Amino acid sequence: MSLAEHPLRKYTRPHVKKTTTCPGCGNGIVAQAILWAIDELNREEGLSMDDFVFVSGIGCSAWIPSPLFAADTLHTTHGRPIAFATGVKLGLPRQKVLVASGDGDLAAIGGNHLIHAARRNIDLTVVMVNNGIYGMTGGQTAPTTPRGLNTITSPYGTMEPEFNVAAMVAAAGAPYVARWTTYHPRQLKRAIKKGIQKQGFSFIEAISQCPVQYGRVSKLGRATAILEHFRDHSLKLAKAREMSEEELAGKITVGEFCDRQAPELASQWSELRARLGKEQG
Amino acid sequence: MKAAVRLKPGTHFIEGNLALAEGAIAAGCRFMAGYPITPASEIPNRLSQLLPTVGGVFLQTEDEIAAICSAIGASWAGLKAMTATSGPGVSLMQENIGLAASTETPLVIVDVMRFGPSTGVPSVGLAGDVVQVARGSHGDYQIIALCPESPQEMYDHMIRAFNLAERFRCPVFVLPDGFIGHMREQVVIPPDQEIELAQRKIAPAGTTPLERQDFLDPEVAPMPVFGRGRQAHVTSSCHNGQGMRNLTDPEVMHAFATMPIEKILRHRDQIVEVAADYAPGDVVIVAYGTVARSARAAAQAARAQGLAVGTLCLKTLWPFADQEVAAAAQQARAVLVLENNTGQMLPYIKAEAAAHCPVQFLGPRLLGQIHEPNAVLTRVKEMMS
Repeated sequence: MSLAEHPLRKYTRPHVKKTTTCPGCGNGIVAQAILWAIDELNREEGLSMDDFVFVSGIGCSAWIPSPLFAADTLHTTHGRPIAFATGVKLGLPRQKVLVASGDGDLAAIGGNHLIHAARRNIDLTVVMVNNGIYGMTGGQTAPTTPRGLNTITSPYGTMEPEFNVAAMVAAAGAPYVARWTTYHPRQLKRAIKKGIQKQGFSFIEAISQCPVQYGRVSKLGRATAILEHFRDHSLKLAKAREMSEEELAGKITVGEFCDRQAPELASQWSELRARLGKEQG
Repeated sequence: MKAAVRLKPGTHFIEGNLALAEGAIAAGCRFMAGYPITPASEIPNRLSQLLPTVGGVFLQTEDEIAAICSAIGASWAGLKAMTATSGPGVSLMQENIGLAASTETPLVIVDVMRFGPSTGVPSVGLAGDVVQVARGSHGDYQIIALCPESPQEMYDHMIRAFNLAERFRCPVFVLPDGFIGHMREQVVIPPDQEIELAQRKIAPAGTTPLERQDFLDPEVAPMPVFGRGRQAHVTSSCHNGQGMRNLTDPEVMHAFATMPIEKILRHRDQIVEVAADYAPGDVVIVAYGTVARSARAAAQAARAQGLAVGTLCLKTLWPFADQEVAAAAQQARAVLVLENNTGQMLPYIKAEAAAHCPVQFLGPRLLGQIHEPNAVLTRVKEMMS
């Protein structure tokens, strides 16, 4: 009897046989959503892992592509993966450049790079894994932690409202923004695929479970309980738009925040170089 | 605007920062990211005109952190990349200077130094960053730093800086101060074909990281640049020679910290440059950058009066010219160190020289002003009496 190989194993480095994530972590669902999206693009458009560069920052979800994915991977400093990815994309405009990182990395310490990459509209696909907490460092308050939650650094309850990151990125000018949860792996895969195909800055927020830290401080407990919470509290954007702020309290709005066309930075650079090249003869 | 045009080969009368920008293009720089800052702004201003005309890209970033990160990203994309800033910008870049050193990324960082600390005086030069560029990031690491003293050297040092970055896969600083950045002087630009350019070695095609050594080779490993199917694994975490993260093996930790240092120090003879002009028994004035000009003027005036005075001007600050300073001190009657700061390089110079002869320090009368050659001469005479 031979063991069947996982259909996505061909996209991972052969020598990497384990991950660093805790049991029940949502990282596996997000990693699969990314690789299933690439698998579809492989069959439909002939894209391979050699067409990608994966960039990540610091935090649990920054370890989704590095060292797992069998491609060029760049694991950087805390908060800066989008800035690194911007240089990679401008240097290699034909490569698909995908950033996978967490809410602390992208929306707290790296928030300014996120806003400006959306404004610049550089062709990156950013997958932000949002677990609402600092997981790796032990359960501290994140800018995405729901108000009122008791965390390790907010023992009397958080007083600050949480960041609506997807809405902020859409407002900053990104042409494609979507949010799903790890309870919605197929929708998540479709959004990531669309983001990769979109010529421009794409932002996919994946609300994800951290049973070890978030499960503990929220008292939601096990991974399955958090996933059920996602199922019971998710609300499509179209419906959410008809509801009041009070009615939306505690809800997770999911769906596409925007899907539009806008002039992209790397291709504008290619056009400028071509024009100046012609002028110079 | 219409396509900007590079300066033609020949003799020009131009500002240091503009000479530096021309040198960057001649060196093969094809990516610059930067954030406006006095007294370095003429560099991004000029490179934003020139880079797209030679197939390159200029990116104005949201801050200096994004500038160095995107330049590192562009270097891994295979381009010769740089950023330019002043002291406050270098302070912001420090964490990722360490990343560039530990991921062995070729990169040129220009720091047109200004009067500090803090916001200080943007338009007044001061050699205030000479130690922070070498020691400002956390952990142990080694960079290369060149120190031009004229607009001509702004041009020449940029070509050398890119060549050293490509050869040794490391961050290379060019450290003028605001005076040299804004000084106008004669600059001779050679034809491109007379300029020798180095290119990084690339990891062989058709291989994966486990079949290669991409990092931690003291003889400098070929670089697995992105976009060529090399499946490069690049991480700022502690990694082995294949680039794979390892946070448990003390041998790997030791190699991760020491090999990128060894890679540069082992080749220090190809890197360290000084201009030595002294004879046995001289009082030797040691200086670098703008202040080297005062040192030479003072030595010339002293010699005209029959006094035995020489100079040792450091063209590279890092790796430190330890052997060259020791050799000068062994022959010298005394050493006088001139710096436009309160003595940042002095401990390094003393460590090599103090065992051989007396060492004194002289700052300018007012910090941030260039040393008056006469004041230097007066001190030299005091040392001789």
